[in-house]
Amino acid sequence: MKKKVVSGLLCAVMAASLVAGCSSKSAPSESGSTAADTTTAKETEAKTETQKEAGGEGGKVINIYVWNDEFKARYEDYYASKLPAGYKVNFVTTPSENNAYQNALDEALLNQNDAKPDDKVDMFLVEADYILKYVNSDYTMDLKDVGVTEQDMSKQYDYTKVIAKDSKGAQKGISWQGCPGLYIYRRSIAKAVLGTDDPAEVQKAINDWDSFDKTAAKMKDKGYYMLSGFDDSYRTFSNNVAAPWVNGKKIAIDPNLEKWVDQTKKYTDSGYNQKTTLWAAEWASGQGPEGKVFGYFMPAWGVDFVLAKNSLAKAEADGGKQEVGNGVYGDWAATIGPESYNWGGTWLCAANGTDNADIVADIMKTICCDDATMKKIVEEKNDFVNNKTVMEALAKGDYKSAFLGGQNPLQMYCDAAEKIDMSKISPYDQGLNESFQNAMHDYFNGTVDKDTALKNFYTSAQEKYPELETQ
Amino acid sequence: MVREKKAKARKKVSYSKWGYIFLIPFFATYLVFSFIPLVTTFYNSMFENYRSGLTQIGPNFVGFENYISIFQSDLLKYLGNTVILWIIGFIPQIFFSLILAVWFADFRMKLRGSTFFKTIIYLPNVIMAASFAMLFFALFSDDGPMNNLLIRMGLIDSPIRYLTTVWGTRGLVGFMNFMMWFGNTTILLMAAILGVDSALFEAAAIDGAKSLQIFTKITMPTIKPIFIYVLITSLIGGLQMFDVPQVLTNGKGTPDRTSMTLIMFLNNHLYSKNYGMAGALSVILFIMTAALSLVVFFILTGSGKEKGGSR
Amino acid sequence: MGKVKSLKKAAAYIVLTLLSFLCLFFFYCLIINATRSHPEIAKGFSFLPGKSFGPNLYNVLHNKNLPVVSGIINSLFIASASAALSVYVSALTAYAIHAYEFKFRNAVYLFIILIMMIPTQVTTLGFLSLIGKMGLMDSFVPLILPSMAAPVVFYFMVSYFQSNLPLEIVESARIDGSNEFFTFNYIVIPIVKPALAVQGIFAFVASWNNYFVPSLVLKSNTKKTLPILIAQLRSADFLKFDMGQVYMLITIAIVPVAIIYLCLSKFIIGGVTAGSVKG
Repeated sequence: MKKKVVSGLLCAVMAASLVAGCSSKSAPSESGSTAADTTTAKETEAKTETQKEAGGEGGKVINIYVWNDEFKARYEDYYASKLPAGYKVNFVTTPSENNAYQNALDEALLNQNDAKPDDKVDMFLVEADYILKYVNSDYTMDLKDVGVTEQDMSKQYDYTKVIAKDSKGAQKGISWQGCPGLYIYRRSIAKAVLGTDDPAEVQKAINDWDSFDKTAAKMKDKGYYMLSGFDDSYRTFSNNVAAPWVNGKKIAIDPNLEKWVDQTKKYTDSGYNQKTTLWAAEWASGQGPEGKVFGYFMPAWGVDFVLAKNSLAKAEADGGKQEVGNGVYGDWAATIGPESYNWGGTWLCAANGTDNADIVADIMKTICCDDATMKKIVEEKNDFVNNKTVMEALAKGDYKSAFLGGQNPLQMYCDAAEKIDMSKISPYDQGLNESFQNAMHDYFNGTVDKDTALKNFYTSAQEKYPELETQ
Repeated sequence: MVREKKAKARKKVSYSKWGYIFLIPFFATYLVFSFIPLVTTFYNSMFENYRSGLTQIGPNFVGFENYISIFQSDLLKYLGNTVILWIIGFIPQIFFSLILAVWFADFRMKLRGSTFFKTIIYLPNVIMAASFAMLFFALFSDDGPMNNLLIRMGLIDSPIRYLTTVWGTRGLVGFMNFMMWFGNTTILLMAAILGVDSALFEAAAIDGAKSLQIFTKITMPTIKPIFIYVLITSLIGGLQMFDVPQVLTNGKGTPDRTSMTLIMFLNNHLYSKNYGMAGALSVILFIMTAALSLVVFFILTGSGKEKGGSR
Repeated sequence: MGKVKSLKKAAAYIVLTLLSFLCLFFFYCLIINATRSHPEIAKGFSFLPGKSFGPNLYNVLHNKNLPVVSGIINSLFIASASAALSVYVSALTAYAIHAYEFKFRNAVYLFIILIMMIPTQVTTLGFLSLIGKMGLMDSFVPLILPSMAAPVVFYFMVSYFQSNLPLEIVESARIDGSNEFFTFNYIVIPIVKPALAVQGIFAFVASWNNYFVPSLVLKSNTKKTLPILIAQLRSADFLKFDMGQVYMLITIAIVPVAIIYLCLSKFIIGGVTAGSVKG
């Protein structure tokens, strides 16, 4: 009777993997084209069988692996109508928590050769933190071979291209968005403490980390917090490291990350932050009407989807509107902050062995390269698109953000995007960033000393990546 | 008469085969779904076998190397955590369960609505452990209702950050296990007490024995077998503890890995699909529980004999 | 004497009321949260119900990526089937030990008690690679069939048989010419129905709440069970993250079990009592 039900959370980790483990030795096809040839032959056979299910005459199914609905929404609004008759796009969604998305994707990619034509992965999405794992593998296709040329991508921000190149320089991923981040602060708090809410003046007070620290002390004196918690400034440091996380097989903690540790410890001990963690309830409520936090490091998506929603006194579900006067909506402004950084972003990769390369290329070209489409995305969805021509034009236009008190922040985003350097990423970033932040939380909280926190980080890192060396 | 006896004897011989036949489904299932997996787990534990990115490393035979690395890790710490978390939950659980069981079983107390109470205390057992932990996370967060309540009552000035302290986290895990299992234990113990001949209690009461005396001299000795059964099954359940600390600490076993249980440690090795290490850890866990089950085995067979006598 | 007694009684009521309050409190919190919208939940806890019960329910049931209705059906099917199988086969096994004299009887009994204690987690790795090879991934079979070997149910049934099934009944059935299998199904089973019901409910709840193995076995959306859907909803990204829906789904998952529990509570508590008197 005492049988404890093992129902816990998240072991999806094992999920995909174990099955895949059995077949993992099957190598990916050596070249995309041969695989495509053989599958077309197979497809004709399969066509008749799958015709009923697919509903279309060709029975061609394009499988796109995603972890959320963001791209699906873009696809449906800006491409779906262009899809040639007879084709069908199928989104395979696996949430990313605890590596579940990558596990599901890996399993599918490892089985790519044996999969039925309609089950093959045609395209998949990746995040910056683990993009190299896929870019440097044979499971992604050089975009040139798919039909997306350098010319097509000429208007894109450099860092979005650099990040998606393999070690030989082949372009293997493409993104429709850029995620440069700014420091988004509360105007009323700026006025109360700094005497001005003008972005240019406020920028002077946080132009580098030294002045940022000084302003933090002023905030504390007036009863405000400079940052919400431990993780808020992490991206600004981790995006500006001198070397990747892993050197050969050895984990190296970059001096810039040490700076983050020291700064955050200092902020925590001095009461410059509220000791929250990212996405926690306290973190979110700091952005609301009762919030005492001066500002948040946020990219464009964070402003629209996170800050704007959390700033309201009367939530939208209760009939509130995103308008000035509801909570602290409109009491915000954007400035560049001490360092430029990138937070987030999604890249599209063409899976090796896809049987619908032409459609994949067309989707990429439409959503990630076409000026008219991308302009619409900015105007309709407030996204920051990966297209200099479009963004610069809009920055010079009369775009105004009501949430930011009528400010037009686009030029700042554009400038930040130019400065971002993503060349120091490693395939281990996701796991190591997560482990590092978590281990350091104990140190910030005062539960352990720094050495113990580091030891815990190394332990966790080796559990995730047994091949890495720590000492 | 003679013929009947003969028939009976003959039949008895032919019946024993039914015993074997009726065992087939159970053992066939066990063999396929538990025994074979157990053997492959043993086998896997001797290999280096994991995934690095999209590249499979191994399997390479490494002998007992995985075991050595497991023992070099903080295995004992995690074992200690697991036992501590179990004890924190088990002590209040057995304490309240015993008291409630005695009350429920005491007819002289004539508790009204005891069926209602019995039903209610059983209810938390139906909530998914993971959901329960999620709720606790919200209730005890820095800005959560528990802190708000304490602040409003003027007991504290600033919020208590329960989940950043070792004993706060452990205490919450223990409390949750207590809430989920005390109803179950109460009913088991109550059943055991009800099995005691009520004449014994009456005689003791007439002799002027106090409640406490009755409890220590009569109740405890007679319910000992069930009591030990509860203890051991709870310990085994405790060793398997996973969901509650996993969800409460988001799988991290924070702070300082002091709420990391053995099964959470096992789960960590599955991130990199590390069959070798996970296999070795499974084998170690298996040996530990097998040793424990030997203890149970002796206790149960001991009480089994008494039972046989009374039949 | 009377005073002491009434004091003791008062203490008992106080403790019981407090504990019951605590137990119900958690259900209350869950249900309250199910009536609140995500921003409300994100901003802090409240003990007063919100107005979003309807929207949350609508959102959960109409979530395109979350086949809740099929999840409920899958969970019901798997939990009922594995509860029925586990109870029936374990009772059969217990009956074999109880009613027949055979050479390895004691050895078998001891063996099953020994394996009762092995955590399921230690065999999970091997189990998954096995069902992978058997081609049973993404199928309900590996979630239902293994429940036939349930040592805990077996152990409970043996002690129940010992106290509630006189062998004379079996003997007289034999004299009437009843086939052994028939005897078990039509004479023994009805006698031990209460115990079967209790263990059935336990097995049902265990399977209903099980996340670990199903999450590793089930892949396609339409086959997923409720606990997997809850985890999936919880891990949705921040744009779609909606705690209101999460709590609503948890409520949906709890309510049926709680209702079954409440309806059968007399039966269950009685059954546990009857079964473990001699345990």
